[in-house]
Amino acid sequence: MKTEAVGKIISISGATVRTDLTGLTLFEKVSVGEHNLTGEVVRLEKDGTVLQVYEEPSGLGLHEPIRGHGVSLATTLGPGLLSVMFDGLQRPLDVLGDKTGSFIHPVHLESSLDLKKQWSFTPLVKKGDTVSGGLKIGYITEGFFQHPIIVPPGKNSNIKTIAQGTVTLEQPICQLADESSIFGYHSWPMRLPRPYRKKISSQEPVITGQRIIDFLFPLARGGTTIIPGGFGTGKTILEQTIAKHADVDIVIYAGCGERGNEMSELIEEFRQLTDPRTKCPLMDRTVLVVNTSNMPVAAREASIYTAVTLGEYYRDLGFHVLLLADSISRWAESLREISSSLEEMPGEEGYPTYLASRLSSFVERAGVVETLSGDIGSLSMILSVSPPGGDFTEPVTQALLRTAGSFLMLDTTLANSRHFPAINWMQSYSLYQNVLADYFKTSISNDWEVLRSLCREIMHKEESLKEIMEIVGIEGLQERDRLVMTVAEKIRTDFLTQSAYTADAYCDPTKTMNIIRTITDQFLKGQDHSTGKSDDETL
Amino acid sequence: MRLSEHKYRTASRVAGQLLYVENIHAARIGEVVKIIGPQNIAFEGEILEIVKGSVLIQLFGETRGLNTENMEIVFTDTTRQVPLSRDILGRRFNGSFEPLDGLPMFYASEWRPAQGYPINPVARLRPEEFIETGISAIDGLNTLVKGQKLPIFSCAGLPAKELVAQILQNARLRESTKKFAVIFVALGLTFYEYSFYLEALQNIESEFVAIINMADDPVMERLMAPRFALTVAEYLAFDHNMDILVLVTDMTNYCDALREISNARKELPGRRGYPGYMYSDLASLYERAGRIRDSQGSITMIPVITMPEDDITHPIPDLTGYITEGQIVLSRELHQQGVFPPVDVLPSLSRLMQKGIGAGRTREDHRDLANQLYKNYAKGRELKKLEAIVGRDGMAETDQSFLDFATVFENEFIHQGSQARSIYISLDKGLEILGRFNLIQDKFEKKTGT
Repeated sequence: MKTEAVGKIISISGATVRTDLTGLTLFEKVSVGEHNLTGEVVRLEKDGTVLQVYEEPSGLGLHEPIRGHGVSLATTLGPGLLSVMFDGLQRPLDVLGDKTGSFIHPVHLESSLDLKKQWSFTPLVKKGDTVSGGLKIGYITEGFFQHPIIVPPGKNSNIKTIAQGTVTLEQPICQLADESSIFGYHSWPMRLPRPYRKKISSQEPVITGQRIIDFLFPLARGGTTIIPGGFGTGKTILEQTIAKHADVDIVIYAGCGERGNEMSELIEEFRQLTDPRTKCPLMDRTVLVVNTSNMPVAAREASIYTAVTLGEYYRDLGFHVLLLADSISRWAESLREISSSLEEMPGEEGYPTYLASRLSSFVERAGVVETLSGDIGSLSMILSVSPPGGDFTEPVTQALLRTAGSFLMLDTTLANSRHFPAINWMQSYSLYQNVLADYFKTSISNDWEVLRSLCREIMHKEESLKEIMEIVGIEGLQERDRLVMTVAEKIRTDFLTQSAYTADAYCDPTKTMNIIRTITDQFLKGQDHSTGKSDDETL
Repeated sequence: MRLSEHKYRTASRVAGQLLYVENIHAARIGEVVKIIGPQNIAFEGEILEIVKGSVLIQLFGETRGLNTENMEIVFTDTTRQVPLSRDILGRRFNGSFEPLDGLPMFYASEWRPAQGYPINPVARLRPEEFIETGISAIDGLNTLVKGQKLPIFSCAGLPAKELVAQILQNARLRESTKKFAVIFVALGLTFYEYSFYLEALQNIESEFVAIINMADDPVMERLMAPRFALTVAEYLAFDHNMDILVLVTDMTNYCDALREISNARKELPGRRGYPGYMYSDLASLYERAGRIRDSQGSITMIPVITMPEDDITHPIPDLTGYITEGQIVLSRELHQQGVFPPVDVLPSLSRLMQKGIGAGRTREDHRDLANQLYKNYAKGRELKKLEAIVGRDGMAETDQSFLDFATVFENEFIHQGSQARSIYISLDKGLEILGRFNLIQDKFEKKTGT
């Protein structure tokens, strides 16, 4: 690490600060001003450096000091992350609350994790063993959760000593022959994807418990689903319902530029609800990264990188992780604000031209991987989008459509008629349906595919019959078409709608199959009946 | 701290409400500056931007008569603070926070920055206590709860202010209303509207604070007024455990002021010329509503928005809807039918309703009743479109009964005139309408059965 250089502030515009300090590196973490606000280097110039400040810059003055940290803005990874609510810069909000009360004031925190807390450590390796990056050297017991301690990526040496029993994060857990040591935690630059051995193409779904998703538009492990919808279409409720029920080991929930009350509701519910698989509160498998709409905008930009780095870390420990971000549009807006204060040339609707490439490299951090230690881990993403005016032709939706594998379009008309989840079954799609077909066939039911296409066929038919019916009325339709209409209505009301507030909020795939089978059986019987009758008539 | 006052005579440029000063030694973002011009013109400004030796200052006052040569600028080394005291109750101020009621300024017991600090999400308490507004369309189907922000989306010419006045007169929490106060923020209001509201305020039992920015007052003050109001609201709610209802009208004027200032700063315009940061800016106001664990008090917010061109997808209602916890939408069609209040319940929504109703809060049957009413009305409205094509006679009898239900619902449940209805009256009304409808439905069933 290099020695600390100090510079001065020469310009301040919004959260963008210019300093005369040179010799900093791009994306280096910096302390800004007398109150040590967190910032990041965003541009190097001939006679100075441009910084982005991640906290409220009000009160920041000319000539105040700037210090470089010599390291990138990083996420701290280790035991003690679960059930914590962090802000976009990974500062634990309850610790922040202890320091500054009910309102957030700029304050400097030493670490994201409690370094003094005592943990019980069980080693998996012994003195003399050779270890390399990603290898598990032992476990720390974190509630129900066995938290593997891994060698930070990049290291390769022999074990000299290793701890056993009670440890803290302050002290090294393990000394290596190359004189370096391994702690219970490590830091990783948030904008840099974590390494893995290889990516694997996905064969398994993430079961969300939402009938319309699992049955019609399934999400693959390691895949990405986007949920665009205007306000009031139920994006947040849908994301939260999935966060409660999805069959994953770890949930990372990023509340990005949304409502504060939603977050307090989320914590309260997650503390009360139990995870049926572990019998522990849902909160124990969840990490929250929260930057509500009134918290500093620049930190909102950083928040999804904090979230995805946390997700990758648990993936590297060999878990199945689901990252939910609500909403990516608010992230894109913060990017736009930063870009505009840097006086960059705007692209479509004022968004920077690198919006699409930033989004696609973010989405690419999802996937199923073989980790450095040879385990299988996955990171799947569900991202909500808030298109202005509910117009899907806007740049954020369009950029995400090119990278995401599944698209759940939320429909204002459906929401207004209180059809929830308001997923439009005509416009939505999932590119994963074919790769997942085998799984559903073998693990759930043989006729999954058959029923799925039948169901889609009925819904398609309904759509085209609807127009005719509006003119001639239901009596004017042929009996066979009337059957389509009644069955389609049944599918809509008994199958596609699902309340988030009752026991129906989670529906396992077998039950999903039973419901749709009952409805389609009725259709097939009715069809036999009507064709039978018409045969009689012709006779 | 600076040892002496910093004074400059180096103003280089004035553009609208913006002033550029050169050769500055020390300055901080948000610092308050005093401008002293010729003929003793004096007002305040705030530092927006510092670029090397020069600063950009936003002015709060009438810039007519200013001249860069004869201008003295005093840097105060403090940021903008709001004086606070319990004595503020019952007072009226302008957008620069000067008394408008002829009384002297109160003695402040505390000062706080107008911008406020974001509430820590972990410190928030979930809003769940029912507020009775006396309006069936709100209490019954889009229930307001303590700590919620629920805007009214109106259109030009619709009786939004009459609705707001009626809410003000009747709003009460289920328990005591002793610690209840209203903060009224007028933004760009005409004299006609202003006097209407003031009269309404004077007729209510609870105490109130009014912060008034009239249509011909400086635009800059339009951006500050709601921030003063919310700082006062936070002080009364969270330091003095009061339940505060903040009424802001009209947020459309606020957003237009934001656009005007942004444009003067030569910022990149976003949709319809509004700045790209409008979402965050609106959130910095709306998100100050809520409840916190450390206090008994609450801030509930009812902003009024006039949707330009009656368009709900216009950036102002659109961005508002993304931040607030629902919306009450007024309809021109209902207004023309003579329904008051003309609340269109289909696009209206209260996101926090689920937690605020039911046994112990309103009544056990509230949720089911609301769902039934909504469902039948939605179906009736859907069928009205069909009626326009095929005519009433071309429709099945059951469908006709839904049409009738929609009409009855609009005329008897939504329409209530100037009368306040308690939640029980509203719910009973709903039950009664539903009962009549179900009777007709039963008849049809018997008919088709035989």
